[in-house]
Amino acid sequence: MLTITHIFYLIGALLVGTAVLDARDRRWSVAGFWAILAVPFLVGDQIRDAAKAGTRWPAQAMGLGVLALALLASLHRGRPVDDGDPVAREASAARLGNRLFVPALMIPALTGALVLDAKYVHSIATRWIDPGSNTLIALGLASVVALVAALWTTRARPIHGLTEGRRLIDTMGWPLVLPMMLATLGGVFAATHVGDAIAKLVAMVISTDSRLACLLAYGLGMVVFTTIMGNAFAAFPVMTAGIGLPLLVKGHGADPAALGALGMLTGYCGTLLTPMAANFNIVPAILLELRDEYGVIRAQWPTAVILMSVNLVLMDLLVFR
Amino acid sequence: MTTYWPLLGVAVVIAGFALKRNPMLVVVTAGLVSGIAAGKSPAELLELLGSEFVKNRTLLLYTLTLPVIGVLERAGLRERARAWILGFARLTLARLLIAYLALRQLLSMLGLINVAGHPQTVRPLLAPMCEATATRTFGGLDDEARERVRALAAATDNVGVFFGEDVFLAFGAVLLIQTFYDGQGIHLEPTSIALWALPTAIAAFAIHAVRIVVFQLRLERRLARAQVVAPRPPPPAPPAPGTEG
Repeated sequence: MLTITHIFYLIGALLVGTAVLDARDRRWSVAGFWAILAVPFLVGDQIRDAAKAGTRWPAQAMGLGVLALALLASLHRGRPVDDGDPVAREASAARLGNRLFVPALMIPALTGALVLDAKYVHSIATRWIDPGSNTLIALGLASVVALVAALWTTRARPIHGLTEGRRLIDTMGWPLVLPMMLATLGGVFAATHVGDAIAKLVAMVISTDSRLACLLAYGLGMVVFTTIMGNAFAAFPVMTAGIGLPLLVKGHGADPAALGALGMLTGYCGTLLTPMAANFNIVPAILLELRDEYGVIRAQWPTAVILMSVNLVLMDLLVFR
Repeated sequence: MTTYWPLLGVAVVIAGFALKRNPMLVVVTAGLVSGIAAGKSPAELLELLGSEFVKNRTLLLYTLTLPVIGVLERAGLRERARAWILGFARLTLARLLIAYLALRQLLSMLGLINVAGHPQTVRPLLAPMCEATATRTFGGLDDEARERVRALAAATDNVGVFFGEDVFLAFGAVLLIQTFYDGQGIHLEPTSIALWALPTAIAAFAIHAVRIVVFQLRLERRLARAQVVAPRPPPPAPPAPGTEG
């Protein structure tokens, strides 16, 4: 049976390959970063099994690895890696035309097809997929098939899958890992009962019997936290552990999927409002040589505020079905 | 009895991000502070960090899409996306920006988040095209108008990518929501989360498209008024350029 562990091995292999290529270029701290990151994908199951059996040191070593990742990340930024010959790319784009989009389209299309098949048809294609996490396995499989299609369409050599993957991974750098790190923080907050403490504090301010009051506290809280931190991903675990989960999901029977998606998107409205999200709001003002550093924010704040209100209404309508 | 000391971790997150420290360092420090404040020993804390990190590894699943995108980029994917945008050159300002918004949202929904962006498409393509179109239509832009057209181009890119990417189920936000709930004992399919991002995606498109149209109407009116009010050179003089500065 194909399980999520096999997909994790693929990610581990990609990360190890990236680390090896970086080590060959003598970029030691970057290579070290990706090598440590490969560990949970290659031996994650063993770490979990050991912890369940009472052997603590593998998880503790992984904890040290997490500290090392944070330190290495603070030393380094993502750096653009050579992306080849622009003239050749232009010629290839003209030759291949819209066929270039087909392999990229295959990722969502195949994932969707496999998920639907596993759910309703149970054909030979999905019978050997672990039903526990079939969407994630489908996504992994679709990526592999799409890579084969991309190599075939572009007549690239298979090794380019690794070298080009590495180029993008190195260009993105540590921000690639930030969502995983934030989810880890969410877990730590849960284990230290931060959510309960926030919920108690919120309950002192608003009437938690009122569905609307809790909803507004969650939605506006996402916006305010995102505006301060410049990052909706960072606000999500705090607000959802503190208000979303205890007050709305457990207290008022909110649908967690809809609440999570709409809560995150309400946070995105905050991202449009804040100079803290420099990559989106300040850097483009510099790139476009605007005299007003806040010109981009001025151009987008009405969209953000209107959309935030629409989102709050959508939440009220969709979350409590 | 709830103890409030672990909330120090939240304070660390807020202060760290607000002071623009490295986010990875801020997040790990916040976890450590929260754990120590909750009375955990260093060994317990390391174990908690390590096991939570392993638990959340599904969040890196979308790295598997990077080799595909990388190979396609090497063969000219970004150049092809540019050619599409250049095809919008004959539209009016409002239609150009709305077409770009739609394209950006659709590409992000399919996971093609980095084929466009401020350095990739807004500065080299969208902003100059907007200026050229507006100049053609309104016969000259003043500094103020040029500045606002450029800013709106950048804003349109932001709105497009923000409210498209969440519909792509391998995107970090969707997987973050899924793994967060998973850790709290609520098991969700990523597809069900991504689906709930659709209504907002549609609303974002509608709201921003209307704002673009309003922007064009106001710009038209303001430039027309400026042309009436502004002291023009006497009629017999040779045609002066419409712009000032």
